Order: sequence, then structure tokens, then C-alpha cells
Amino acid sequence: MRIILHSDCNGFFASVECLYNPEIRHLPVAVCGDVDQRHGIVLAKNEIAKKYKIKTGEAIWQALKKCPDLYVAKPHYDRYIRFSQMATRIYSDYSNLIEPFGLDESWIDITGSVKDFQEATKVANEIRMRVKEELGITVSIGVSFNKIFAKLGSDLKKPDAVSVITPDNFREVVFPLPADCLLGVGNATKRKLKNLGINTIGDIADCPRDILRFNFGKNGDTLYSFANGYDTSTVKPLGYSSLPKSIGNSTTPSRNMENLEDVKIVLTILCDSVCRRAREQNLIAGTVSVNIRDKDLFIINRQAKLNRHTNLNREITAAAMSVFEGNYEWRKAIRSIGVSLSDFRSGGEAEQTSLFTNEEKRQGLYELDCSVDSLKKRFGSYCVRSALMLKDRELSSFSPKEDNIVHPVGYFH
Amino acid sequence: MKEYVSVTARFDPDGNLLPVKLHWKDGRVFDIDRILDIRYAASLKAGGAGIRYLCRIAGHERYLFLEDNRWFVDGK
Repeated sequence: MRIILHSDCNGFFASVECLYNPEIRHLPVAVCGDVDQRHGIVLAKNEIAKKYKIKTGEAIWQALKKCPDLYVAKPHYDRYIRFSQMATRIYSDYSNLIEPFGLDESWIDITGSVKDFQEATKVANEIRMRVKEELGITVSIGVSFNKIFAKLGSDLKKPDAVSVITPDNFREVVFPLPADCLLGVGNATKRKLKNLGINTIGDIADCPRDILRFNFGKNGDTLYSFANGYDTSTVKPLGYSSLPKSIGNSTTPSRNMENLEDVKIVLTILCDSVCRRAREQNLIAGTVSVNIRDKDLFIINRQAKLNRHTNLNREITAAAMSVFEGNYEWRKAIRSIGVSLSDFRSGGEAEQTSLFTNEEKRQGLYELDCSVDSLKKRFGSYCVRSALMLKDRELSSFSPKEDNIVHPVGYFH
Repeated sequence: MKEYVSVTARFDPDGNLLPVKLHWKDGRVFDIDRILDIRYAASLKAGGAGIRYLCRIAGHERYLFLEDNRWFVDGK
């Protein structure tokens, strides 16, 4: 049997901010994006703010309505990254199998270093104490025999606590919990389950597999195995990265985009960023998607298959522009826009050339892109830019590649 | 209170970084007579986290923190 820990830093961004500002520790604190940049939502909150029912993801004004005395702190991503690395350094004293899930969560497989759950609990408590002493923030740790229950365990008691879910007690501990405590059950699934008379995790576990499969397809099987503790997914070793499913960037510029030229400026920068990231990993993409959100927050997402896999700036930008032009009717100004590449193939593979393309020219474009990449790597993204960027410095003054913070992707990614 | 300070430090042949002298803001320089303990630690008082050196300076024991590449003491 495996023994897996899931460590979750409580109110991570807010805890770090409170550590650095002793004078705000007794106040309700929320770390929020920049209002002027129109990123004004709550990213994290401390325990005191939680009492006011402040939720991650709500707008600052909503939070201030619930709690007028809320202290709104600016995020410091460099600090969070450093703290995340310090936490990983502690975990790595106990195992090499450490799989981060965002900056503030990690699974740690300690099967090889302990003999039973009693010892595992000791290790979990030691980690919890060390994080408190060495980082000055608290963690909740779940100890269990699979990743799903370990994660669930870390949510049971907060902050600064350890919860153990063993094969002997999981029926008593896990089954009475509401269905949406299970990883993978969001609002939509919860509603659908409710219609079937399924309210708790125990109900999912007791439900005949066929019924779940009939209603949720492949995900029904997943739900069934998660609820019963059959999950066998492994904790990946530190530094492991699989072939990405997609590479994307999006932005909300400081003003709305009003016309095609505005969109072209922003899309050019986004495409440059995603192409650079694809080139870094030597990947070529077969599909380009464009995500558009208008000023009333209505979202459309359209994609197109490329004639040929590519990671050339020119080809991707042209494809993204044509997806945009073919699908947006300009009834409203645009608030934010995103581009993502998917359907990847490794760039080194042999490929079918086209009778009508000048392959030499294409190779030249690739080398040009790579040269500009290496300049940007040494001197920053602003050192070489397309002349188009000079037309509107307000819209073009961002660099998604460098500002890109990798947020947790879905578990099923 | 977090008090950033200038420090003269020495790398030993194993690559360990050890503080030797502490330069106080009023110009006084204190020799660090002995380092009693080195560990990763947070300073709740000053607000920060890094490597904490427990130093004996002129008969007193004081914590000196190295955070990234800045040194600080948790002043009173």
C-alpha cells in the first residue's frame, strides 16, 4: 500500500503578506490584483477575512462590501515563488516524489521512507512544524493511501493541522462528506449528482457504476474510483514535466480593444509569447484557439486547425487573426483576449513538406524567430519588437512570457 | 522591526557563507565572535524568512538573518 501526503499552504499569498507586515496580522487581509490594470479580484485571504465570508475570485468591491475594514494587499509573486521553493526544499528531505499542484500545494509520496500510517503521521507533523518554523506560514496536511484522499484530507482541518485517512477509516471519514469535497466535482457535476439523489461521497461510492457511466460518461468511472479510494495515479518525481496539452497566454489590457488594429497589436504579442514557449520546448502546434471576452464579460472561444504543424510567429499570428476576424462581429469592445496552441507534435520529427511553399524561406523564418528569441532571452522581451507595437504603447506595454505565472491546471489535464 | 544591515562575510572552502563583522547603521562595527547555530527559520518579529545565524556579539546572543542576499536583524 502507498502512503501519500498532500500539503496545502493555508491562504498562501495572504500568509506570506502577513508574515512580511507584522502590523496587518490582526486585520482581515485579502491579496488582490491591481485595480488600475483591471485585475481587481481577490487572489487569497487570511483566516480573519474568511470569517467575513470573503471568497477567492470575487471582485474587490464585493469583498469590501462584506468587510469595509478589509486590508487589500498587493501580490508579490517573486516572494511566493521563493516560499514555494523553500517548502519544496523541506519536502525533499523526505522523498524525491514531489508533485506540485500550483505554488501552494504538493503531493509527496513517502511510501519508501515509512512503515505505517503512524509513522507517516509523525512525518506529516514534522513537516508541518518545520514549515511553521522555517517559513513562518502554516500548512494543512492530508495523509492517505491515494492522491485523491490525501488532497481531501488536507481540506478537512485548517489551518496548521494533519488529517489521516486510512483504508480502515475512510468510510467513516470520507463517505459522509458532501459530494463536492471530492476532486473533480464542481458546481455542474454537483447539480447533476443531486438530481440523481446523490449528495455525499458515500452516495457516489454506493451508486452502481453503470448509472454513473450512463450520466457522466468516462468521468463517471473516474468519480466511482475516486469515491471508493481506487485512485492509482502516481506522484511524479520533482522536475517531471509531461508533454503539455496546450500553451496559452491571455491578457486584459489597461483599456478595451476597439478595433482590428488594437486586436492585432495584442494578438501579435500573445502569439509571440506562445510561439516562444513552444519553440523552447521544441513543439509544433496543429491547432490555434482564440478566446475573446467582450466588455460585458461574454466569452467566445473559437479554434482552427492549421494546414501544417508550426511554431512560426508569422504563421500562428496570421492563423489567430483569421480565427478572430472570422468569428467576431464587433458589436462590443473587447476586454480581454487570449491565444492558445494545442495538438502538439515534437519539432524534430520528419514532416510532410508542401509542394507550394518555399521551404527555404520557411526555414529562414524559423531561424529568424530563434535569433530574436535568444536576444529577448538575454535582453528582455522589449529589446526587439514589431514596429506595430509603436502605434499604441499603452496596449503593447506588456510581456506575457515574463509575466506568465503558471497557475494550477486542472487535475485531469 | 526589520533592520537591514551591512555585513562582512566569508565563504569557507566548503562553500558555506559565514558572517564575520556586522556594520551597524551608526558606523560602529561589531565582530561576530562565534556562530552558535545555523538553520532555516522565519522571523515573525521582523517579518521575513531565510537562513538564521545565532551569533555571539560582544557577549550577547543575537539572530542575524540572510534573506535572498540581504542581511537583517530583528530589531526591537
